[in-house]
Amino acid sequence: MFNLPQSIKSQLCLLRGGDWLVLTIGMMSTIYLFNALWSNEHASQVQIRQGDRIYGTYSLNQQRDIHIHGKLGESVISIAQGQVRFSSSPCHNQYCVHQGWLNHAGQAAICLPNQISLELLGQQKAYDSLNY
Amino acid sequence: MVNVKHIKITQEDHRIAKLAAIAIAMHMVEAVIPSPLPGVKPGIANIVTLYVLYQYNFATAAWVSILRVFASSLLLGQFLSPTFALSLSGALISLSILWLAAHLPKQHFSAVSLSILAAFGHIAGQLIVVRLWLIPHTGISYLIPIFAAAALFFGLLNGLITAKLLRQKIINTN
Repeated sequence: MFNLPQSIKSQLCLLRGGDWLVLTIGMMSTIYLFNALWSNEHASQVQIRQGDRIYGTYSLNQQRDIHIHGKLGESVISIAQGQVRFSSSPCHNQYCVHQGWLNHAGQAAICLPNQISLELLGQQKAYDSLNY
Repeated sequence: MVNVKHIKITQEDHRIAKLAAIAIAMHMVEAVIPSPLPGVKPGIANIVTLYVLYQYNFATAAWVSILRVFASSLLLGQFLSPTFALSLSGALISLSILWLAAHLPKQHFSAVSLSILAAFGHIAGQLIVVRLWLIPHTGISYLIPIFAAAALFFGLLNGLITAKLLRQKIINTN
């Protein structure tokens, strides 16, 4: 007979002291990564990049459409109600547009074909760098 | 005159081939399992690598692991593709971690520890390639916690399976 709880119990008996140590460290680092990288902080600014240079940094406290010329053509980035999105892009796959509205610090949308990206910034910057 | 060079095939070669075949079969099975997120896989082929490391030695385990990566990518038509690069970098980092971890005292650290460490090595190797080549953008750091959680879970699972196999010595090769 296959007894699952019994089986798991007997399996865990195989663990030795060091295994529990590795397991605990693994769990702690995973939890740390969730805390560090999944910030729920609302973004206050958006930084737009065109190719390898910063095109501009804009506050999210405004309603505005930004038109930028990339490698393929004109992309439109819309800011409204503390959120930002690609509202139109000349790229064929439209991944950037489908990402929709973004509002958390650290979120980013990239349009690789048109070489335009936007990154949301919080009070403190979540990452050190963003580059192609 | 035709000069035929005979390559001597040792017992060791046969063993590596058999073990690699098992690992490749597991890799194939895994390729059919749908994954919710690219990169999140159980990595059951690593059970073989780990088992070989314990039953034989590090060199044999490294051969089995690398052969598995090359042969599986050929079978799946991914040779030299980004998937292959991810697979190879994951295997290489994972093997280097295993090489170090094999020095841990055996009475305190079982196959479970090595499996978890190797799983973290796998995602580390893959993330390095993703970050440097495929998606050179920090946006992927958003996915790191998910990869870490998956590595921990599947590393533990594979480790327990390996520990059980080592007790029973199921895989018979000679």
